[in-house]
Amino acid sequence: MQGKKRIRVLAAKPGLDGHDRGVKVVASALMDAGMEVVYTGLRQTPEQIVEAAVQEDVDVIAMSILSGAHDYLFPRVMELLKERAVEDVLVLGGGIIPEEDIPSLKSCGIAEIFGPGTTTGDIVRYIEEHVKR
Amino acid sequence: MPHRKDLETLRKEKDRWAEGVETSLEKRPERKESFTNTSGIPVNRLYTPLDVEDVDYMERLGMPGEYPFTRGVQPTMYRGRYWTMRQYAGFATAEESNRRYKFLLEQGQTGLSVAFDLPTQIGYDSDHEMARGEVGKVGVSIDSLQDMEILFDGIPLDKVSTSMTINAPAAVLLAMYIAVAGKQGVAPEGLRGTIQNDILKEYSSRGTYIFPPRPSMGIITDIFAFCAERVPQWNTISISGYHIREAGATAVQEVAFTLANGIAYVKAALDAGLEVDQFGPRLSFFFNAHLDFLEEVAKFRAARSLWARIMKDRFGAENPRSQMMRFHTQTAGCTLMAQQPKNNIVRVAFQAMSAVLGGTQSLHTNSMDEALSLPSEEAVRIALRTQQMIAHETGVTDTVDPLAGSYYVEALTRDIEEKAEDYIRRIDEMGGAPSAIEQGFVQKEIQDSAYAYQRQIESEERVVVGLNRFQTEEDRPSGLLRVDPSVREAQIGKLEALRSNRDGDAVQRELAALKQAAEERRAMMPTMIEAVKAYATLGEICDVLRGVYGEYRQNAVL
Repeated sequence: MQGKKRIRVLAAKPGLDGHDRGVKVVASALMDAGMEVVYTGLRQTPEQIVEAAVQEDVDVIAMSILSGAHDYLFPRVMELLKERAVEDVLVLGGGIIPEEDIPSLKSCGIAEIFGPGTTTGDIVRYIEEHVKR
Repeated sequence: MPHRKDLETLRKEKDRWAEGVETSLEKRPERKESFTNTSGIPVNRLYTPLDVEDVDYMERLGMPGEYPFTRGVQPTMYRGRYWTMRQYAGFATAEESNRRYKFLLEQGQTGLSVAFDLPTQIGYDSDHEMARGEVGKVGVSIDSLQDMEILFDGIPLDKVSTSMTINAPAAVLLAMYIAVAGKQGVAPEGLRGTIQNDILKEYSSRGTYIFPPRPSMGIITDIFAFCAERVPQWNTISISGYHIREAGATAVQEVAFTLANGIAYVKAALDAGLEVDQFGPRLSFFFNAHLDFLEEVAKFRAARSLWARIMKDRFGAENPRSQMMRFHTQTAGCTLMAQQPKNNIVRVAFQAMSAVLGGTQSLHTNSMDEALSLPSEEAVRIALRTQQMIAHETGVTDTVDPLAGSYYVEALTRDIEEKAEDYIRRIDEMGGAPSAIEQGFVQKEIQDSAYAYQRQIESEERVVVGLNRFQTEEDRPSGLLRVDPSVREAQIGKLEALRSNRDGDAVQRELAALKQAAEERRAMMPTMIEAVKAYATLGEICDVLRGVYGEYRQNAVL
């Protein structure tokens, strides 16, 4: 790469949900778009995700939940990031997230929520335009 | 099969016809350069007897109810009895799910199918830290026998058959079911139903594993042995392609990976000293009904034929019931669209029809709103009505395997079977399904297919109505079902009361006995039943087993 740092992304599966088709498809697309992707695998606690994000020094955390546990797990991750004063990481959520939950998730710091039908192209573009560093 | 002379004439006629078509293509080109189905099998312009020249009727198809069961597992199929209409349901508390089951039975559903929440599926009580945010979300929360008693309250277990989507802790939930039945005065011998109990696809595709593969396979064969003796009408496993397909596999991969897992279970049971015809008749399967209608019909037929051959030739099964593949089908959740959700009713109807034409034994039809949330009562009713319309109104149930003899369907049935066999051969060379999964082969194959499918959608090579074509402005759907977050508090309250009211010494005694049985690799089911009867919780039982067996950690592959 000519001086330009590649965007680093942590793709994460918080909670007990085993649906990983979406997160893996998105991860593959991000890699094809030239980003570096670290995938956590299943069953990560919010603590593990934040720890991995710090250790891996990522620019983006992309979390996927299809079990409905986003209402607890997403805000919890944001809380832990705040505790560790991590402010320059773009945090995204995806999965089956009801429309009415989106405002409260955004107000706690999740930048964007990508629901069913989103194209990977949309996600790549969003990250490229909004990455914080 | 047609005579040689007829085939010669046909070949000439077809060549003549094809030449004519080729010249007209310049003026009237086809929509695409080439056509293929989701398995990557080329789809020809026309199928004739020439395409099925090599299909020996008696060898490859046979009579319905007879080896190799390509045409169905019963001689009269739906002329005798329809498939079991079985909607997968469960959410929040046992009380609420019990109400949903009674609603479904009142609507004419003929069997129950229990969805458990993720903490239950992974063996955590509702008050475990890992359960936070998940209690009651994707299914009903079961912490102890007490919850199971409430779940089946007023439902006579000698009358309904119950399918339970439970894998790693399947033995515990089966023990609870047997205990609840006992309280209703129903002996294990009288119980009919299914536990999914298919751990291999959890490692590769679904994710609710607890223990490492080896002890997990041990628990499964323990259940086979116990049920063969004590619960003879129970389906001890539902070897599932459904989730493999949902994870992105093609139709061929679904058949191949499912049957490869099936082979691994049979081998494990034989290694444990069981006889193939002792447990073989109680193996059941579970498939997905996806979008490509004829490919799906062919897939079901191919799977049946291939399994019959595997059981007979590879394992020497002699009982026809060991050779016949009985299966449940669910329409493909991954094909439901959040956009214009009512269109999903139509998708589901086509998929359900393919399952019926494929000869399924039971069926779940998805509800139109499932890309958005758990289904509402109205959506579930329409889904169930769809099955009832196929059964009672369309006429497809009046003759056995009506698509047989279609040159295309027969050619495709053969092709899918052959391609799945090729995969199984490769998996055999890797040392069988457990090794292929351990090496990440199965996961990688599925992932590549999933990514290819997504790219086809994004390039619009694959049209999805309402998603990448024919979009409309629409309002946010309303009336979606939400699980009240207070379910967790309610479950924790029940757990606390249970722990203070039960006989704590009895619980410790039963858990110690279970630990010993697990350590000595002895039959566990009888001890398990005593433990649940003493109201040991699911989490306590699974913790004992975690202590003995350890926990599986996924090796995430990208």
